[in-house]
Amino acid sequence: MPEHRDAVAPARVDRSLRGAAALVGVADAVSPTGELDRHGQALEAAVVRDALADAGLTLDDVDGVCHATSSMQLAEYLGIHPRFTDSTNTGGSSFEVHVEHAAAAIAAGLCEVVVGVYAATPRSDRHRPAAAFPRRSPADAMLEWELPYGLRQPMGAYALAASRHMHEFGTTAEQLAQIAVSTRAWATRNERARYQTPLTIDDVLDSPMESTPLHRLDCCLVTDGAGAFVLTSAERARTLAKPPVYVLGAGTCHDHLMISQMPDLTTTPGVVSGATAFAMAGCAPSDVDVLMGYDSFTITALLHLEDLGFCAKGEGGPFAEDGRLGPGGSLPMNTNGGGLSYTHPGMYGMFLIVEAVRQLRGECGARQVDGAEVAVAHGSGMVLSCMSTLVLGTEATR
Amino acid sequence: MSDHQRLEPPQSELTAPFWDATRERRLLVQWCLECDAAVFYPREVCPGCLGERLEWRASPGTGTIHAVTVEHRAQQPGLASLVPYAVVLVDLDEGIRLLSTVVHAAPDQVVIGRRVVVGWEPLSDGRHLPVFELAKP
Repeated sequence: MPEHRDAVAPARVDRSLRGAAALVGVADAVSPTGELDRHGQALEAAVVRDALADAGLTLDDVDGVCHATSSMQLAEYLGIHPRFTDSTNTGGSSFEVHVEHAAAAIAAGLCEVVVGVYAATPRSDRHRPAAAFPRRSPADAMLEWELPYGLRQPMGAYALAASRHMHEFGTTAEQLAQIAVSTRAWATRNERARYQTPLTIDDVLDSPMESTPLHRLDCCLVTDGAGAFVLTSAERARTLAKPPVYVLGAGTCHDHLMISQMPDLTTTPGVVSGATAFAMAGCAPSDVDVLMGYDSFTITALLHLEDLGFCAKGEGGPFAEDGRLGPGGSLPMNTNGGGLSYTHPGMYGMFLIVEAVRQLRGECGARQVDGAEVAVAHGSGMVLSCMSTLVLGTEATR
Repeated sequence: MSDHQRLEPPQSELTAPFWDATRERRLLVQWCLECDAAVFYPREVCPGCLGERLEWRASPGTGTIHAVTVEHRAQQPGLASLVPYAVVLVDLDEGIRLLSTVVHAAPDQVVIGRRVVVGWEPLSDGRHLPVFELAKP
């Protein structure tokens, strides 16, 4: 064992963050008794309010959140819709890491005003009834207000959104089914896909109803699966084995954890994440050669088409209807066979990135989209809660 | 007694008034005095203004179905006898949206836009779970 570590120079000194962000409001809550009256999320909200007041800002100004446990729970509780989110937990140093990440995000133009907060009351918790224990776990509000009613998770939540989309825009079960059919057509070209036999609209409509209006074949698979990526600087990337796939744009937005808290059941936070990512990339949906849009359910993919701007709000059904999403179509979507037919181990977003990279490298064989230069990987988390969009491109697009 | 058994909701110090009122089959809605607006789910602070001046107000429990799904398999074992059953998002007239179920109605009668009124399903500890029934036309 070495006695001490040698001082190490940073591998790459980049001053792009220097002076790019500033702390403008702070607050804390402490007491000489060692105990506070507030606890849990009420305490977090109180110091957020005080820090915003210190800065002369309001909740409306906040577009980024950091929390060491759940930035999504924080945002839902505060009723805000952040474009930057960070739940990194490195123990006691989490908040310095949050500032670092937030500064990078601000420097990169991902967001403008980030709030980070922490509250814990271990001393007063000792004499607090267990039922009122300080911090609700993310599941607790759901246990109290949603789970008793028998909504199947997650598919019931997506079914509610689908019902609303059908009601508002006349979207049909056949149109949703076409998404499953087009996606399966891609899967027939992927020898590693879970399902590779062609599907018809009738197959989807004849499959058992799960959560009306979603049939079993409107729903993603349950499979094993694993994926990984490696990201490095553009300079380094050019020295490596494979053609670089550049991150041209990125955007994120979330607004709820429980489906009852979704502001609009037919519009996801993808309208924000997509617009942000395209603006950063300097391109438009019409420039996209391959769309990898998280298809947990057919309705999920349909909402992405609208919210990312491939078609107008409400027109996702007719847009998908003509089969343009399948092989040979004008907008190849989910070319690996998607969560509907390729794989879905639970958090499928990784596979969107993997397939997008393979398409842009031209490695996809029978399912390769000719001349693919720009791909979008659009991840969807929880129940249409958090959308994150990556616009990826080849050397030619950089 | 009923032929089904639901997961029963936990409550917290904050939500105790809500659940206590259900013992008398009364629906309470949390209200922010600063924003003059209803808040759901109940919180210690208003998500609109971060204010702490919140109070509980009685609600007539009337609203409109905003979205609906019919579950063809039970989400919990105790609901198996109810399948197929409707789960809805209800917009209460106070301007809040909550998840619930519609009872005493065939699932195909539970459609978006239908008016509903709160009903009560007994829980094992004397509280009641707020559910909804189709309003009389």
